[in-house]
Amino acid sequence: MTAAWFVVARLARDRSALIGLVLIALLVLAALLAPLLSTHPDDVFELHPSERLRAPSGTHWLGTDRMGADVYSRLLFGARITILIGLIAVGASLAIGVPIGLVAGYHHGWASDLLMRVSDIFLAVPQVVLAIAIAQTLGPSLPNVILALSVTYWPWFARVVYAETRALQKEAFVESTAALGASPWRLTVLHVLPNIASPIIVRASIGMGFTILTAAALGFLGLGPPPPTPEWGRTIAESREFLPDAWWYAAAPGLAIFLTVMGFNLLGDGLRDVLDPRLRRSPSRDG
Amino acid sequence: MAELLAVRGLRVDFATDRGPAQVLDRINLDIAAGEVVGLVGESGCGKTTLARAILGILPEGSARIREGEVRFRGTDLLTQGPAAMNEHVRGRAITFIPQDPFTSFSPLFPVGTQIMDLMKWKSPRAREQARPASLFGRYPRARQRADREAVLETLRAVQIPEPARALRRLPHEFSGGQRQRLMIAMALLPQPDLIIADEPTTALDVTIQAQILRLLRALVKERGVSVLFTTHDLGTAHELCDRVVVMYAGQEMEAAPTDAFFGRPAHPYTRSLLASVPGPDGEIRDIPGEVPSLVTPPPGCRFHPRCDHATAECRVERPQPRALADGHGVRCHHPVDAPAGAGA
Amino acid sequence: MRLLALALHRLLWFVPTLLGLLVVTFVISRVVPSDPVALVAGETATPAQVEALRRELGYDRPLPVQFVDYLARLARGDMGVSLFTRRPILDDLAHRLPATIELTVVAMLASVLVGIPLGVLSALWRNSLLDHALRVLTVSGLAIAGFWLGIMLQLLFSMRLGWTPLNGRLPGFPPSNITGLYLVDAALTWDWATFGAALRHLALPAATLAFPALATLVRFTRAGVLDVMQSNFVLYERAMGLPRPLIVWKYILRSALTSTVTQIGLLFGILLAGAVVTEAVFDWPGIGTYAVSSIVRADYNAVMGFTVWAGAIFIVVNLLVDVAHTLVDPRERAS
Repeated sequence: MTAAWFVVARLARDRSALIGLVLIALLVLAALLAPLLSTHPDDVFELHPSERLRAPSGTHWLGTDRMGADVYSRLLFGARITILIGLIAVGASLAIGVPIGLVAGYHHGWASDLLMRVSDIFLAVPQVVLAIAIAQTLGPSLPNVILALSVTYWPWFARVVYAETRALQKEAFVESTAALGASPWRLTVLHVLPNIASPIIVRASIGMGFTILTAAALGFLGLGPPPPTPEWGRTIAESREFLPDAWWYAAAPGLAIFLTVMGFNLLGDGLRDVLDPRLRRSPSRDG
Repeated sequence: MAELLAVRGLRVDFATDRGPAQVLDRINLDIAAGEVVGLVGESGCGKTTLARAILGILPEGSARIREGEVRFRGTDLLTQGPAAMNEHVRGRAITFIPQDPFTSFSPLFPVGTQIMDLMKWKSPRAREQARPASLFGRYPRARQRADREAVLETLRAVQIPEPARALRRLPHEFSGGQRQRLMIAMALLPQPDLIIADEPTTALDVTIQAQILRLLRALVKERGVSVLFTTHDLGTAHELCDRVVVMYAGQEMEAAPTDAFFGRPAHPYTRSLLASVPGPDGEIRDIPGEVPSLVTPPPGCRFHPRCDHATAECRVERPQPRALADGHGVRCHHPVDAPAGAGA
Repeated sequence: MRLLALALHRLLWFVPTLLGLLVVTFVISRVVPSDPVALVAGETATPAQVEALRRELGYDRPLPVQFVDYLARLARGDMGVSLFTRRPILDDLAHRLPATIELTVVAMLASVLVGIPLGVLSALWRNSLLDHALRVLTVSGLAIAGFWLGIMLQLLFSMRLGWTPLNGRLPGFPPSNITGLYLVDAALTWDWATFGAALRHLALPAATLAFPALATLVRFTRAGVLDVMQSNFVLYERAMGLPRPLIVWKYILRSALTSTVTQIGLLFGILLAGAVVTEAVFDWPGIGTYAVSSIVRADYNAVMGFTVWAGAIFIVVNLLVDVAHTLVDPRERAS
């Protein structure tokens, strides 16, 4: 699609968006090639208590943790967890939120009001709080974290799609197409969806960053995948008792989170600037 | 009459994607004390740029003054720094009436607040401060009262009903015409020598345009204030101005007292312009051709591509100002010496 | 008059939204794989004892009945008893609320007082060194994990430099309890030593909490100011030679702020979410840590209580923001 190329070309001129893209690429590479790139790939499961809390050195680039495992290697494998959580949670939120937003936006009446009220309820409380409640209820595990995040993030997509659908309805071309007798489904899929793709994409990118942060917070609070999974948030929590001496233990995963989220935020901003300058004006409730 | 404002050889470029646009090409302009001068021309001919150049408020990043001088009361304004311009010229000796009264007030403050803020810094009773201007300033009670009196009086002069109550109102509570009257009042209050009015009635309803303009003329004549009044409407120029200057694509073409301008136009462009206004028979004669690009303007006289009288000379060298009669100047190699309507 | 209408309108939405929230949290807290009553009874309890406890706590009745009962008690101001501490939850929350309020308010003040001027300057001196530095800061602010920032700050300022205490609100005894806000109480009782100590303890948690809020504020103020700078009235004021500081700090800022006011509401959301985690990092005795420990202890009543509180506060704040927005923009008031 030439439209896609146009977007890519415009994006390429935006330096910060490019930086974001590079950061995300690094993350994806780290995750995909973790077994190849890590120096001690087995440290995800094996313990070497005799080597615990070693400072960064030639063999252990980022030092070792409390179990003697190589921080760098575990960080790389942690990237897999991060991406997994982000992709599935945002994907699920999208899958739930977009149809709800479409239906609510297309129809006028108590059903659509109800749907939006429901999403308002989820937005009434900060996502972290609800996610914590859900994750705790279900127990700490990877699928539960993903579930908690999906269930609490879909309203963002629903709202965006709802607003855009409503706005589009007022546009002439929708009216005329409907007048020509197009069925609602046809109308939606062929005409409405392409127009709402831009804000959805922007929201998805920003959502990745936000979801990863929330996931890390859940991990930090002990609600994420249990050990020995090298989830970044949990690693930070583990490292606390060994501060200030083993500072690398806490600094490394935090820095990884920072760079990852920054990457998605920069990309999201860049996409927003390119895809719809109009969006820049609206006060987006970030997340 | 003594010259109040003399613009000489002013060149202004604007930066664009395709290179610098030569928006003003060595413009000359004269305004005498107490004179109402109309600057007419099509959209994009540079009228607003000239107005802003005189005031010194061209957009900083994109506009560049390449050469020329703007002599106001003997001093070249272009050599004055922004602080000096702010202190002594803008809002004091030269005031401004903007084109769009709907958006020229801050919508969040009552009109009175905005006017009194102007008076606090620009009232004729204020001693011009040597200290740098700031957010706060001293506003002695006595002067405040005197200023307020002057404000109310001027509001009455511009026919705003119940001035005291009006001051407490927000801008959106006034109609467009009323807001423009407020602007006129604000332009008069600092007792300036020159008012620059940039298409002051374009945004208003046709039915009140004439009203506003007549009011403006009456008030400035009373006070002996000069006006530089830009417009694209020949009719209003005819009605209100003492002298008319016509511009085309960044060059001034002709300047004359109103009667002479409309009665014996010498420049081919002027003649074509006057002919293109619908006559009593309803006939319109368009000027063939298009307005040139300012990035790659035609050399010499910029009207030459569309001019019936153009010769080789016109394509090479821009004509120098030539005085035809009293106060009637034209920049043309082949000025037409006939009354208006007698052949274009 | 219109303010009243607006407030009533908002209030009307407050009720069903809150109700919906209660339903959601109620469902969550009952959808438990394990039996909460058994958890509370302890491992040594016999099945009979567990059943007795269940009847005592009313957990044997059908779910909808339990919910209605909960609502009825809420209406009376009774939030139930913590499954863990056996104390009324309302009391627990009220006891801990001042700590969170103090932290959140200080963080909010810091971010507003620093963020808005910085945003203005960033817009005025566009593309200057300051502007670029601030834009880096803005992007970082929303990318840094709050808990990690807190830990890093602790590492640097408490552990390595020793400038601030590690955690908690105060080392010794709190000042006389007037409001529960240590800064206010200490100032009111002229206890400046305690005031200083409380301030030092607030420094890091407030900074941690404020950072993302600050970043957001700088960003939105900058955008708002840049937008307003293009306005015709700014051009007019410049043409009339009004002093630049006056134009910027009185007229431009006010226009930019009308959009910023709505941001304050969002800010509060960021702060509240961050408070939970920040309190955990700094052992701050507020409702955030209460929530976290309740969750860890599977104290579902307490979790419900916290969620209801948080939701209610959030909705009230949004209402206030709507009202404030109407006050700030006189066009809305008049129309």
